[in-house]
Amino acid sequence: MKTSDVASTNGSEPATPKRGAKTAGAVATWADDRLGLAKATKGLSLRKVFPDHWSFMLGEIALWSFVVLLLTGVFLTLFFDPSMAEVTYNGSYDPLRGVEMSRAMASTLEISFDVRGGLLMRQMHHWAAMIFIAAMMIHLLRVYLTGAFRKPREINWIIGCLLLLLGTIEGFTGYSLPDDLLSGTGVRAADGFMKASPVIGTYMSFFLFGGEFPGDQIIPRFYAIHILLIPGILLALITAHLILVVYHKHTQWPGPGKTEENVVGPPLMPIYMAKAGGFFFIVFGMTALLGGLFSLNPVWKYGPYDPSKVTAGSQPDWYMGWPDGLLRIIPPWETHIFGVTLSWNIMLPILIAPPLLLMVLIALPFLESWITGDKREHHLLQRPRNAPTRTAVMAALITFYGLSWAAGGNDIIAIKLHLSINQITYFLRGAVIIGPILAFIITRRWCISLQRHDEAKLLHGYETGVIVRSPDGGYAEKHLPISEEAAYVLTARDREEVYSPNGTSDDSGVAAPGGRRAAIAGKVRGKLSALMFADNVQKPTAEELHESQHHAEHELHELEHQISAGPNKHGPSSDH
Amino acid sequence: MTDSHEIEPAHGGHHGELVPDEPIANPGMPEHLPRPTDVDPKKEKRAELQVAAFFGLSAICTVLFAVAYFTLDIGSNWHTFGGVGASTVALGATLGLSMLFIGIAIIHWARKLMGDHEIVEMRHPAYSEEVDRVRALDDLKIGFEETGIARRPLIRNSALGALALLGVPAVVLLRDLGTLPGDALEHTIWGQGGRKIKIIEDGKEVEVEVPLMRIARDAIGTPILASDLEIGDLVNAQPEVLFNPGRYYVEPADVHGHELQTHKSKASLILLRMEPRDLKPGKGREDWDVNGIVAYSKICTHVGCPISLNERTTHHLLCPCHQSTFDLADSGRVVFGPAGRPLPQLPIAVDEQGYLVAQSDFTEPVGPSYWERDYERDRFAEDD
Repeated sequence: MKTSDVASTNGSEPATPKRGAKTAGAVATWADDRLGLAKATKGLSLRKVFPDHWSFMLGEIALWSFVVLLLTGVFLTLFFDPSMAEVTYNGSYDPLRGVEMSRAMASTLEISFDVRGGLLMRQMHHWAAMIFIAAMMIHLLRVYLTGAFRKPREINWIIGCLLLLLGTIEGFTGYSLPDDLLSGTGVRAADGFMKASPVIGTYMSFFLFGGEFPGDQIIPRFYAIHILLIPGILLALITAHLILVVYHKHTQWPGPGKTEENVVGPPLMPIYMAKAGGFFFIVFGMTALLGGLFSLNPVWKYGPYDPSKVTAGSQPDWYMGWPDGLLRIIPPWETHIFGVTLSWNIMLPILIAPPLLLMVLIALPFLESWITGDKREHHLLQRPRNAPTRTAVMAALITFYGLSWAAGGNDIIAIKLHLSINQITYFLRGAVIIGPILAFIITRRWCISLQRHDEAKLLHGYETGVIVRSPDGGYAEKHLPISEEAAYVLTARDREEVYSPNGTSDDSGVAAPGGRRAAIAGKVRGKLSALMFADNVQKPTAEELHESQHHAEHELHELEHQISAGPNKHGPSSDH
Repeated sequence: MTDSHEIEPAHGGHHGELVPDEPIANPGMPEHLPRPTDVDPKKEKRAELQVAAFFGLSAICTVLFAVAYFTLDIGSNWHTFGGVGASTVALGATLGLSMLFIGIAIIHWARKLMGDHEIVEMRHPAYSEEVDRVRALDDLKIGFEETGIARRPLIRNSALGALALLGVPAVVLLRDLGTLPGDALEHTIWGQGGRKIKIIEDGKEVEVEVPLMRIARDAIGTPILASDLEIGDLVNAQPEVLFNPGRYYVEPADVHGHELQTHKSKASLILLRMEPRDLKPGKGREDWDVNGIVAYSKICTHVGCPISLNERTTHHLLCPCHQSTFDLADSGRVVFGPAGRPLPQLPIAVDEQGYLVAQSDFTEPVGPSYWERDYERDRFAEDD
């Protein structure tokens, strides 16, 4: 069938403009007469192409859950009172009636028990926050593991990292607002973190809390940060993030007809608009179902904050779990010197590790492009296996994250699995160091063997599962060549070169008159480049491919011959 | 893309020389295949009906949402339906489904009925056209030259200095966010007992000695008789002043609301009675217990969680937040976990009526460590 046969219509009706299209056109003309929209949006098209792949949806989940956060958040502000003034609760929830608590806690209970739909909105808001951060993280993994962060998208990578940081702070300030026992314990810990900061720690704490902990200022201040400051920055950064996506045009997977110079996919209007817009309703609907059916953060069960009380199994929201885990497994290191105290047991896990990890994340694209010396633009994605060292770096980071996170639940693990909490802690102290190293080595080798598997498929064909016994008793599996499209996709990647510092000119284009320092940098780069590329499997050249295909064909003939002559004669060889 | 090579860094070219021929040429866009709905009017009609049906289901759910809003009460039924109440469950389910059905309808419409042609669009490198770039750089250069900033370092430096100094108001303005720490972290309200104060009585100034601070049960506030505690008893306690400020000449407003919270965050106490022979009193702490009753700060020295989990046989106390474990039989020594310092111990005694009292305030700051915390002073206090 020729594509032109169905190109102009979706069905049997001829594709002539209908009334709807005419009206839309008239409205657009009316607007353009006054606003010059078509001129202002020159270069942008409603038929802009967006490539399609399931993994491109992950960032959308984050975007739409942010919209749900804005909508439900506005509803909550209508009822929430961010005041720490002491009141006696007198609402519908019996068990807490008559209990002294802050206005913040009382109004949270009011939202939960005296405002219809209030609890739904509260729980949707909280669920959306958890999904927002989870989606950002998974989106980050997708972007990193497929190489989508490479030039020209490094700035968007940085914006994304900042969004993750801000989203986390936004989550913390948000779940602290009800001033309940659980979140108050978290704020208490945050007070400890601040006080551990060298030199200015106590001042930071006293200024943030408006005096000595807990004071009567922290909730209103968190409220201002939570509903105004951070959402404003988030909104601005998300806008910039999306503008850059539009400007750079989306990356795409290599495939027939897809190159570095083009972008292939359905147009923005109507397909992408419909799918993305429809997906907003899906995310919204899922959040509403979660909010309505699954209780989370039942602050009424915890009661109001009291600095002398705590519940066993106190856990922060999941995204705060990993620094909390490091805080649990850190040895009791404190230095007392010259009349001051350095609390390494707080500084290392909270004040040093998370900012360091964020900086590592932000640096990754620049580190990679320095090592590879690759300053070209990249729009075709890479499979994780085709960048083994990169993939292994992320596997190491994720392992560190996962083990730290597990440490954040060491008490729960101990109870559920009947293990000694001390032994879990000792184990994790070693595991957070050794685990990432093992993960790096295993992932890197794993990727390389997957590359070898791909190469074998390309050169020798795929395994059919048909085992042939030769007349002299030997066994061999029959391989068949893969399709041209599949073969093309496997070869649609760059050849990599190991950087050699002995060359006459610096490959990165940076003049190196400094001599010694530049020479050392060059050597380091050469080593890293070798680590990154030396063991990778490069795609075959045209001759190699041709030769091996010829060879494979020959083998296949031989097998076919054996099949027809040997004991498999009646086998289903011709079906394969 | 043609002009891209002019701007591409010079080394970019050498890739071309080294890369051998691509093993397989790009086969080009695959042929577009029509969907069943493109060619079969029956299937097209069916898809149309499906989309409309999903929109219809959504509308029904939305109506049900409104019905649920007005018919189901909240407040009294919070404990039913998964602990969130019938209203919440019904509102969430109907709202969720109405949204989901709209989403499903739109996506189904897009997949089955909207045009499914892939379009090819050419990319352009992120950088500007060379002429635009040159123009912008020229403008920038001319602009800078006209300011003369390079030739007039005096203006440049004074401008930078003045701007940098603007950081001062930004910092200074934050000063009134809170009081200065002073020595607030070194004292707790336990120190209010046993002090001497001057009060006006019948127009005369007299000196009064405030009674030693009694140790009161948390929440109910009754003082604790030493004889009431059995061996193995663990009691959460607070200074009596929080419940009976008048006895200690403290204004009620000073132990109410957030002031009360502040006091509790430092003064909360754990009392434990153990066999006196199990107790290993620290140096200088020989008279800090009363017949095997010891008192420790309840606030963890790690990040300040209240410590609550007692292991009765070992006299170990575990913090539920980060599992620091302290040995109450051995001066609150850290036996496990991240805390860097022992739990501060409160020296206690009994008053003439047999109630437990604090001999003094804590001899070291309670709660999380902080920069100015002078550890040498603690040891000095211990040696006293």
